[in-house]
Amino acid sequence: MPRIDRKLLSKKNDVIESLKKIIKAENIIDHEDQTRPFETDALSAYKQQPLAVVFPENTKEVSKILEYCNQEKIKVVPRGAGTGLSGGALPLADSILLCLGKFNKILEIDYKNRCVVAQPGVTNLSITQAVQDRGFYYAPDPSSQIACSIGGNVAENSGGVHSLKYGTTTNNLFGAEVVFMDGSISRLGGKTYDSEGYDLLGLITGSEGLLCVITEVTVKILKKPQTVKAALIGFSTIEDGGNCVSDIIANGIIPAGMEMMDKALIHATDNFVKAGYPRDAESMLIVELDGTETEVEELIEKISKIAKKNKSSSIKISKNEKQRLKFWAGRKAAFPACGDMAPDYYCMDGTIPRGKLAEVLKEIGRLSKKYNLPVANAFHAGDGNLHPLIMYDANEKNSLEKTEKFGADILKYCVKVGGVLTGEHGVGVEKRELMCEMFNNNDIQQQIKIKKALDSSSLLNPGKVYPILRKCAEEGRVHVHRGKTKFPDIPRF
Amino acid sequence: MSIEEKQNSPTYQDSDSTEYPQNEKKVSEFVRQFYKSNIPIELVGSGSKRKIGKPLQCAKILNLSKLNGIIEYLPEELYIKVKACTPIDQIEEELKKNKQQLAFEPIDFGYLFLGKSDYGTAAGQVACNISGPRRFKVGSVRDHVLGFRGVNGKGEIIKSGGIVVKNVTGYDLSKLVCGSYGTLVALTEITFKVLPTPAASTTLVMHNLKLEMAIDLLGQAINSSNDISGATFLPTEPECAGSEMNIESTFKLNDLKYGGSFTAIRIEGTRNSIEERIQNLKNELKIIDYDVSILATYQSEIFWNKVKNLEVFSATKNNLIRIVIPSSQCVQLVYQLSSTKFKYYLDWGGALIWMEACELTEEIFDSIRKKVIKHGGYISMIKPSDHLPYVEEVFTINMNRFNISQNIKKSFDPKRILNPGKMYTGI
Repeated sequence: MPRIDRKLLSKKNDVIESLKKIIKAENIIDHEDQTRPFETDALSAYKQQPLAVVFPENTKEVSKILEYCNQEKIKVVPRGAGTGLSGGALPLADSILLCLGKFNKILEIDYKNRCVVAQPGVTNLSITQAVQDRGFYYAPDPSSQIACSIGGNVAENSGGVHSLKYGTTTNNLFGAEVVFMDGSISRLGGKTYDSEGYDLLGLITGSEGLLCVITEVTVKILKKPQTVKAALIGFSTIEDGGNCVSDIIANGIIPAGMEMMDKALIHATDNFVKAGYPRDAESMLIVELDGTETEVEELIEKISKIAKKNKSSSIKISKNEKQRLKFWAGRKAAFPACGDMAPDYYCMDGTIPRGKLAEVLKEIGRLSKKYNLPVANAFHAGDGNLHPLIMYDANEKNSLEKTEKFGADILKYCVKVGGVLTGEHGVGVEKRELMCEMFNNNDIQQQIKIKKALDSSSLLNPGKVYPILRKCAEEGRVHVHRGKTKFPDIPRF
Repeated sequence: MSIEEKQNSPTYQDSDSTEYPQNEKKVSEFVRQFYKSNIPIELVGSGSKRKIGKPLQCAKILNLSKLNGIIEYLPEELYIKVKACTPIDQIEEELKKNKQQLAFEPIDFGYLFLGKSDYGTAAGQVACNISGPRRFKVGSVRDHVLGFRGVNGKGEIIKSGGIVVKNVTGYDLSKLVCGSYGTLVALTEITFKVLPTPAASTTLVMHNLKLEMAIDLLGQAINSSNDISGATFLPTEPECAGSEMNIESTFKLNDLKYGGSFTAIRIEGTRNSIEERIQNLKNELKIIDYDVSILATYQSEIFWNKVKNLEVFSATKNNLIRIVIPSSQCVQLVYQLSSTKFKYYLDWGGALIWMEACELTEEIFDSIRKKVIKHGGYISMIKPSDHLPYVEEVFTINMNRFNISQNIKKSFDPKRILNPGKMYTGI
């Protein structure tokens, strides 16, 4: 992480006093015992307590905090619900953690313009809940949707199981109110399709809290389809499942969702929720189809034919809504189900061209043997987003390092076959050192220049996404043990 | 001879001022050289949309039309990677062979500027980010660019994105480049997301509705679960001197009745599902007794191509303005503009107004801009005219966004040599 500003640590009390002039004292916590719950996000292998945690209540307070921190050169780490899986909200020891938990209101529901205006701390699912009585919903549905915040979704450009047909956050966003590091407040977009000038809204979506703090969002809502059905298709080999995915797309069908699991995960999830999965299959597809009744029936017939052509071993179609949700329950419980298989697991997130699935899974199998760590695979097959879950035991010496190395090898292979390092979890601190696998110096420097254009002193969420200085070529991995980086004050090259 | 004819005439052009790089490396070398010697450059592809934005007077023109050709097309992976100035019709032709398409419906601005097709290039579509009637359903050009390669204002070759849909690795520069009118990078390579072409298309046209009624019905149709992909309103022609816009002569189709306005809804998919959805729409919108025309696939496609390509304004001598607003504000705005002499039609269920303005002056344009901004929208001058060839502000921006944009521009093009001032003075 960036060099710790020890001078700042020594004047912590002055900083707290200054912050108290901006926001209510009860909205600042700085005692070590109180800040401990904020030492990590959902990538809990990395921990670090911040200097203080602040909970502003409105945009003006956010603006004043940032303006003050910018003047005093204090680092700021924004945090939504802290469900991110790449350490994007990991605090720094000399940073203020800016929590948006108090921004938790839905401000406007506008059916005429098909949008919802919400504060960033509102959870993803509660947007759908706010409009479902009128038959509407918000399309991006990350697995953490019950807890993750919509502001965090924008910062990470979250996807979900339906993003092949309905896109990710960036495709479902109309506007945002944001605050830049100098304290300036800006409205990007609004309730119109696109906006003129540079697409700043598109730029900040997925910028992982490095460019601005989001204080309001306007998202697009859609009318629910009339009929939704899901098919469970089992295959006796991984290759057959992969070929079936490509064949469905090649036949001009874009399912609402298309998920794939390998044998290890079929068993784990079926044990966990008794979803009725084909336990003898080597791979399984969940294909969800939506539209009018006739359309869904036609598509199911077509998909059944394609599946048979690709040597499917079983096909089960959901008979009712309850059964459809049961099909999904297993997939959505993939992560907790892995808890039964090993004391710890590490979730990766690469995207690959769909056609390379069998090749990549074969390589993962090879690496699994090499590192002697079991792995289960969940795959958003429709959009090529792969989530290998590596099983390990954190109590074993060096096991986390070994697991991370295994994960890094998987991601490097994803890039090698034409894919990318991260599909929806973000780069954060986790994949920062791998950025040079995908980008050369020119590419990275261009991105850093954009960061500097909006945050000249690099104070907003520093140390995330981009390799520190140019050290990435040297590929030195850093393990933060119990919140302590080795030799923290030595700048890393 | 009109001003533009003069500008295009050989005596006006300096043949030494145009460079035609053959490949990305050459583009980089040229830009590097111009960067060193502080020479501003105008980037040109086929020139089909050159008149959109402010006119440029750059010492050098970098004509990128030789960066042309499909690099890789994998139908089952739903992407096509092309050299930046590959003609759009060539790309569409290739996609058609596999029953696929660019779902954002690239607009052919040739009809507006020349009175005939002049589709332009992939880079032109990306640089302008102006999308067709399906926008409200599938997104804009920017939602279909998966990645790009290009040369920034220092001559450095940069890339962003990739060939896959789900990608959050680094900032999404593809979005930033879309709609930047060549002011950030000289594009050299673009990867588009492609989608299957629906098996059939049908258009339901309701006749002779008034504006309020039309917008209300289109809004209801978009808000229904019938998954419509077009919602346009073509009003009865108002008086407008000097214009030859004629809805009836533009939309000459066998199954289309005439007389009064057209309120059209497009439904795409399999035949059975289209029939089912048309029936649903008729019931839900309570239009069973209405006077309607139904256009099947062949005519439906012609109808929407004409809507998309602005054919009602074909070769107009007047200014053409594009207004985007929240659809709920559309009716009010149209009435507020009625003191201006104009012809218009609405797309995206009322969220987009294409407006041909007659006898437009800078003052009138500014007063329209103020009204549009008040209603939460933005306005752009798409086509200048002899009457009003130049306006101070072609696009809309506020001070705050201008300052941010200026910083972004500097980060790509520190000496401001790429299309300087094309969008805004100072950017």
